[in-house]
Amino acid sequence: MTHSPTTQTREHSPVFKIRPSKGWRRLNLRELWEYRELLYFFAWRDIKVRYKQTVIGVAWAVLQPFLLMVVFTIFFGRLAAIPTNGVPYPLFSYVALLPWGLFAAGLATGGTSITANQALITRVYFPRILLPASTIVAALLDFGIASVVLVALMVYYGFVPTLAAIALPLLIMLAVVTSLGAGFWLSALDARYRDIRYTIPFLTQLWLFATPVIYPPSFVSGPLRWIYSINPMVGVVNGFRWALLGQTFAFDLSSWLSVVVALVIFVSGIFYFLRVEKTLPDVV
Amino acid sequence: MTKVSELAIRAENLSKRYRIGMLYRHDTLRDTLASSVSRARERLRRPHKTPTSPDPTPDASAFIWALNEVSFEVDQGEVLGIVGPNGAGKTTLLKILSRVTEPTAGRAEVHGRIGSLLEVGTGFHQELTGRENVYLSGAILGMKRREIDRKFDEIVAFAEFEKFLDTPVKRYSSGMQVRLGFAVAAHLDTEILLVDEVLAVGDTAFQKKSLGKMRKITREGRTVLVVSHNLVSIQEICTRAIMLSKGKLVCDGDPRYVVDQYLKSVPTSSAAGTVLARAADDRAALLSVDLTDERDQVIDRVVSGQTFAIRCTVETHDVSGSVAIDIGFDDSTGRRVANVTNVLTNEDLRIDSPLTVFSCRIPEVPLAPGEYNMIITLRGPQNLWLVCPSGVTLRVESGDFFGSGKMVESPWIGTSLIRHSWKAEPASKKTP
Repeated sequence: MTHSPTTQTREHSPVFKIRPSKGWRRLNLRELWEYRELLYFFAWRDIKVRYKQTVIGVAWAVLQPFLLMVVFTIFFGRLAAIPTNGVPYPLFSYVALLPWGLFAAGLATGGTSITANQALITRVYFPRILLPASTIVAALLDFGIASVVLVALMVYYGFVPTLAAIALPLLIMLAVVTSLGAGFWLSALDARYRDIRYTIPFLTQLWLFATPVIYPPSFVSGPLRWIYSINPMVGVVNGFRWALLGQTFAFDLSSWLSVVVALVIFVSGIFYFLRVEKTLPDVV
Repeated sequence: MTKVSELAIRAENLSKRYRIGMLYRHDTLRDTLASSVSRARERLRRPHKTPTSPDPTPDASAFIWALNEVSFEVDQGEVLGIVGPNGAGKTTLLKILSRVTEPTAGRAEVHGRIGSLLEVGTGFHQELTGRENVYLSGAILGMKRREIDRKFDEIVAFAEFEKFLDTPVKRYSSGMQVRLGFAVAAHLDTEILLVDEVLAVGDTAFQKKSLGKMRKITREGRTVLVVSHNLVSIQEICTRAIMLSKGKLVCDGDPRYVVDQYLKSVPTSSAAGTVLARAADDRAALLSVDLTDERDQVIDRVVSGQTFAIRCTVETHDVSGSVAIDIGFDDSTGRRVANVTNVLTNEDLRIDSPLTVFSCRIPEVPLAPGEYNMIITLRGPQNLWLVCPSGVTLRVESGDFFGSGKMVESPWIGTSLIRHSWKAEPASKKTP
């Protein structure tokens, strides 16, 4: 939809032109800036609502990765005795579960954000991309809360983060960008094809196995490793272990591939979303 | 504000096409894949046959033009009512103007920020409290946080829900949610306001209040577009009206004229739905009879001794002037128990618009518990005569009519209650 306020104004009121639009569109950054408060309100709503009427409330943010870590430790750490290069398995898995949880939460809530807000989309105008974009904020908050357990585990096991820890924000960014990109794609598709909502849990599970959360990256070697590195979360998880636990991390082409793929998912996600945005109220 | 009228909205040949079933059917990937596979198979099977048409062009019958080349202009400060039967494209028009959906063809120009109120309580989240929802809904409707901060008290006062500010909205009655939703939207500061069917929600008292608010908004010189089936309020608050029918603009002008045209265009079943009675020459119809209590809330029964009003909504064509209205109350045996009419109270009732509400207030109704058939008769100028002989029942429940703490119960008390008092004293010997 072309509706950017033109420079022509009357009594300081903007003029909106409404006409059918065609083809690909660019991101209207000025409009997004005008709607920044709504992004905040969507995120605020998601956070407020998330743990309403629960008994333990925000503790769920900690409990989810923690329980997964316990289960993984029992099955993969103890029973399967997966080698972890000298890192205690609980710490080994938790340090990976943390960014993984961020990514997966963004995927799950972002991917269904358009259909979940169907009533809004058919009644009010706002840049629709705010919906999948805002879901990552709640995921980041949970991530922050769950990090407390990581700190505790590191203290308990006597691990001191290396200087590489300054790279953490960049690694978090990488997870966020990947999650957002996938969220844009899935939410736009979910509006039209309700199959997506059934695909997301399955996709998340597959993606988990394609990411070295349970096992060390050394399990995957040879030419397979290149295909493996297409998954940006491989770079994120390896990076986390490198930055916090001092695990070796080869900065080779494969790690840059992660970054490139993440950006491709992100940018293509935005473009695809914007292309179908105008049809969303009619198909959702 | 300058006196010279300035353009607020210009719509040129706005059209919107929907695929039939689009609103109900959700494609699944399987459907899409299956249809593309079958198309490919078709091509394989008949590779040499040149297709008669280049591509199976979408069957025209599979589409519906919800809006078909609608053009109009709205000046700043105008209050434009949009009427039309269901499916005429009224909501689609508002959705295009508020940029919710895109037109298929045509263009529009909107001067100024648009606030749209397509549904009361837009953006409400059931789990959040009233306070939180004021902010959320306000933000979604386009208000800035500071703006909401500033108007918060005003909104709360308007909705009258101070006590429930911190209660989750899901615990509210639907009436309370409506009040809160309208209160937020009514405080939007945009130059242009689009309103859809909002006036028809809530109880009578709140409808009155929101109507009052709408009137206030229109006096502020803002441009308002109202879609409503409530033709009475369209007549009352709009400065101009348009009528849509099957996606086309068919009528434009003075609201009374447009409402009249609209009512004429739906002769058999009235715009408001059911009709209780109709004049023989079709010039008048009794649309509804409501009972309201002293707080203007619609009630379905009254209690002996209660003060209430009977509201009769009447639709007329080409009629104006004084009328006589008469409501008789018959008991179950068909005997007339009481009768009210403006002829005896000598009050002048006039019809001067296509829709009129006649309201009769009855203080402390002196009827015994039971059901009464109301027989409504309307006589007007030019030999207008309408009778509604049955179908409207007044149910009276037993109540403490005498204020004595005793309920008045049937069946030996008759049909009328007479205020009275007693006393006893020693009889004088002289009296025989």
